[in-house]
Amino acid sequence: MRAWRLYAAVAAGGFRRYATYRVATAAGVFTNTVFGLILAYTYIALWDERPGLGGYDQAQAVTFVWVGQGLLSVVAVMGGGFEDELIERIRTGDIAIDLYRPADLQAWWLAADAGRAAFQLLGRGVVPMAVGGLVFQLALPTDAGTWLAFLVAVVLGVLVSFGIRYLVALAAFWFMDGAGVQQLAVLAGLFFSGMTLPLNVFPGALGELARALPWSALMQAPADVLLGERTGLALLRTYAFQAAWAVGLLAVGRLVQSAATRRVVVQGG
Amino acid sequence: MGRSRLVDGLRAYRLIAWMWIRSTMAYRASFAMTLLGNFAGTALDFVTILLMFSRVDELGGYSFGQVAFLYGLSSAAFGLTDLVIGSVDRLGQRVRDGTLDTLLVRPAPVLAQVAADRFALRRLGRITQGLLVLGYALAVVDIEWTPVKVLLMPVMVISGAAIFASVFVAGAAFQFVAQDASQVQNSFTYGGTTLLQYPPTVFAKDLVRGVTFVLPLAFVNWLPALYVLGLPYPLDLPEWVAFLSPLVAVVCCGLSGLAWRAGLRSYRSTGS
Repeated sequence: MRAWRLYAAVAAGGFRRYATYRVATAAGVFTNTVFGLILAYTYIALWDERPGLGGYDQAQAVTFVWVGQGLLSVVAVMGGGFEDELIERIRTGDIAIDLYRPADLQAWWLAADAGRAAFQLLGRGVVPMAVGGLVFQLALPTDAGTWLAFLVAVVLGVLVSFGIRYLVALAAFWFMDGAGVQQLAVLAGLFFSGMTLPLNVFPGALGELARALPWSALMQAPADVLLGERTGLALLRTYAFQAAWAVGLLAVGRLVQSAATRRVVVQGG
Repeated sequence: MGRSRLVDGLRAYRLIAWMWIRSTMAYRASFAMTLLGNFAGTALDFVTILLMFSRVDELGGYSFGQVAFLYGLSSAAFGLTDLVIGSVDRLGQRVRDGTLDTLLVRPAPVLAQVAADRFALRRLGRITQGLLVLGYALAVVDIEWTPVKVLLMPVMVISGAAIFASVFVAGAAFQFVAQDASQVQNSFTYGGTTLLQYPPTVFAKDLVRGVTFVLPLAFVNWLPALYVLGLPYPLDLPEWVAFLSPLVAVVCCGLSGLAWRAGLRSYRSTGS
């Protein structure tokens, strides 16, 4: 029970911490909106040429763009969450202090990241979507149930995202400089989450691979839920897919963590 | 006086950039990896265009080769700017943590120091990728070459790079005021190059008007490139606007220079 309160406090701290960067948040919203506009127009041209591409109509395709811009920083596709700090602590050796704390390392960072994600959803998710709705015809659901189902998919997406980034950060135990691995993760994330193009538009085997990889749980899955493409049994299957990746990645994260912490040599002084 | 400051600036830039190159070259394997990463990272948006064209034959009435032509020009111009002064977007960070003060007391122009700071040779990846796509486009697109069109190609890339550079500098000047708003700058720089990679026919008329008459990004590639390709201009502009890019670049650089000076004068140290 006390542990639960500790992690709730850590999450609240993560939320507050990001809430203090007001100018940066506004700047981020502006960027998401500009990129949303550019992408939306290219998607309209694409769907003009091939109506019904990937099973979406044009309004759904444009909505997909704005869901993506709204979720970009929530599921931290381009990184920039807790992992920068964790890598820095591994590099400097401060991680040794964290290991002596009476809290679980993975749960601690997960709580902080959950707080961050919650703030980003409110701070950077709502405005771009509203702007998109003013400029374009969007296909947003009108029933609360679909929005609720979407929120569950977003939470699962954040868990998967955390699982990936935790592994990326732990790689710093072996590489010392985490920049290369981080760069790779951002590339894979942008491409395989559906951020650049919906995964159901990817052709053939590449599409099947992209839809099976964990990144599709970050953005493609929540977007499909919101667009009403996953209901009933399909919705449960989507949740199961996301949850399976979340559990798998978090479990591997724990294994790697215990292997990594055995490598820590406290230099003293 | 003006001339000597320019010479001072270039000299300071060269010295600082060279120092960063040597420090990068101390770890050659790491440099090779980041260069490859930069190349792959910037290639991602071209892969997206490739995937789009795996499903359609035309986008906004443009063929794949024509879009590749726009893409290559935009990427090459932007890549050149990013290599030379891409570091100025870190200015807000320097204002926040107070390290800008160190640059102010050195006997060299601040802009040259900020631009050369952490000079990253890995950014050659973006230009290389842009030029490769441009080379491909030139091979597949039918162009009725004239001497004027041949001459326009390098003029377009260099003027385009200068226009992007003025956006970078104006953005940095804005960061003197709004210290943690570097993302606003990214909207216009990275957002600008993304916009120009697609045909102007894709976008709403008002958006095209905005990037022609307000923030004149259309002069980076759209207007001169459509002259080379022999395609109609957006907004029914007269043919000679294709040759205005150098003039537009000079005006933009002048304006962003003024903005930079105003920003620098308004600077107050954090005192930390």
